[in-house]
Amino acid sequence: MSNSPSVISQNPGEHHETDVIIVGAGPVGLFAVFELGLLDLKCHLVDILDRPGGQCAELYPEKPIYDIPGSPLVSGQGLTDNLLAQIKPFGAKYHLAEMATALEKTDAGKWRLTTDLGTTIEAPVVVIAAGGGSFQPKKPPIPDIAKYEGSSVFYAVREMEQFRGKNILIAGGGDSALDWALNLHDIAGSLALIHRRPDFRAAPDSVNKMRELVTTGKMELIVGQVGQLHGDDGQLSSVTIKTKEGEFSRDVDCLLPFFGLTMKLGPVAEFGLNLHENLIPVDTEKFETSEPSVFAIGDINSYPGKLKLILSGFHEAALMSQQAFRICRPDEKLRFQYTTSSTNLQKKLGVR
Amino acid sequence: MSQTDDNKIILKVTTQSGEKHELIALDGWRAMEVIRDYGLPIKAECGGACSCATCHVYVDAKWQDKLFPPTEEEEDMLDEAFEVQENSRLSCQILMSEALSGLSVTLAPGSEPE
Repeated sequence: MSNSPSVISQNPGEHHETDVIIVGAGPVGLFAVFELGLLDLKCHLVDILDRPGGQCAELYPEKPIYDIPGSPLVSGQGLTDNLLAQIKPFGAKYHLAEMATALEKTDAGKWRLTTDLGTTIEAPVVVIAAGGGSFQPKKPPIPDIAKYEGSSVFYAVREMEQFRGKNILIAGGGDSALDWALNLHDIAGSLALIHRRPDFRAAPDSVNKMRELVTTGKMELIVGQVGQLHGDDGQLSSVTIKTKEGEFSRDVDCLLPFFGLTMKLGPVAEFGLNLHENLIPVDTEKFETSEPSVFAIGDINSYPGKLKLILSGFHEAALMSQQAFRICRPDEKLRFQYTTSSTNLQKKLGVR
Repeated sequence: MSQTDDNKIILKVTTQSGEKHELIALDGWRAMEVIRDYGLPIKAECGGACSCATCHVYVDAKWQDKLFPPTEEEEDMLDEAFEVQENSRLSCQILMSEALSGLSVTLAPGSEPE
């Protein structure tokens, strides 16, 4: 694992007021904290992942990136760590593992953002830096699977007790699949792990433990893939299993598929921002959306000539911040300063 | 393009819904990049980093042996794809070349954009 600077997430369910709400804690959202911070604007970031970094942290933490200006080579996690170090002086607040679900105007003319865990944040300015949307579990393209979701098919385990005594089928070969197989086997009625091949990418220690449980008959390992689901009223009763040797049916009460995450636009689509092909149109002066004081920066916006590059998002963050200042501090004069020369900026950065 | 009509590199793609297309690939491009460049429906959300499995394709049987075998990294990533078959590959890991002209692939379930 990396030695990322630690980020403390706020307790969910509380109310906050700030200058700018940033939806998305990927590289562009993080850099927005820097540009806004230089203008003394305080930020709260909301992200569905449990750590900052967005795609850089979730999709390619170890992959080299070669097109960050001034960094000939940096990994996704390295870039995230550098950005976290760079914005540390500004004390942004993080709401991680929370999904921004609703955006509305308050009577006082501010924006109120609500999350799926009941957190509310109010601010005069909202910045959507949500990249390709929110990371959500991949759903197997099995006919009718939606009918069973939440009652028999689960993409996460919140309450272990609900699985007591059940015939559980866990699908996948990564750490989530293995961890839950190890954790649930002794409360399950029966537990089988189904994976497409005999090799696993999960941590070798977990794989060894799983094989031991299989050897001692405490769980089963099936090399194959899930076919059709059978049941009534959202209650699964059996699953057709496809193996190289052929198909067979297995009694199953609960199916837990763990195939990693994928990006879905999610509730941002309902924020009333005139989406075009799942992107948010903005102007190229302020990167403001159709809704005044709501901005969109990074991969999620669109304008003529847009390139989905991290560096474009950084530029957009800088220009957006100028307008955010005018909205948040209408009576103050906006001064353009350089970090190389301004003692005022250097004090904010804690280097003077 | 410097290539003449005679040595165009052809990539044949069948979409998830069964539409057939013949694309002209460039030497050294990833099959995924060619498919995306033509605007065909492919999610390919990690952009070619072998990190998401949303560019999953089935390779026509007669081409399977002509490709470099999948690396361990690609095999691991295929674990996050669905309906994986013997001929499953991630199209971001297939580098196009003259030797592969005529390669035929079918976009697999789960590779559709949102």
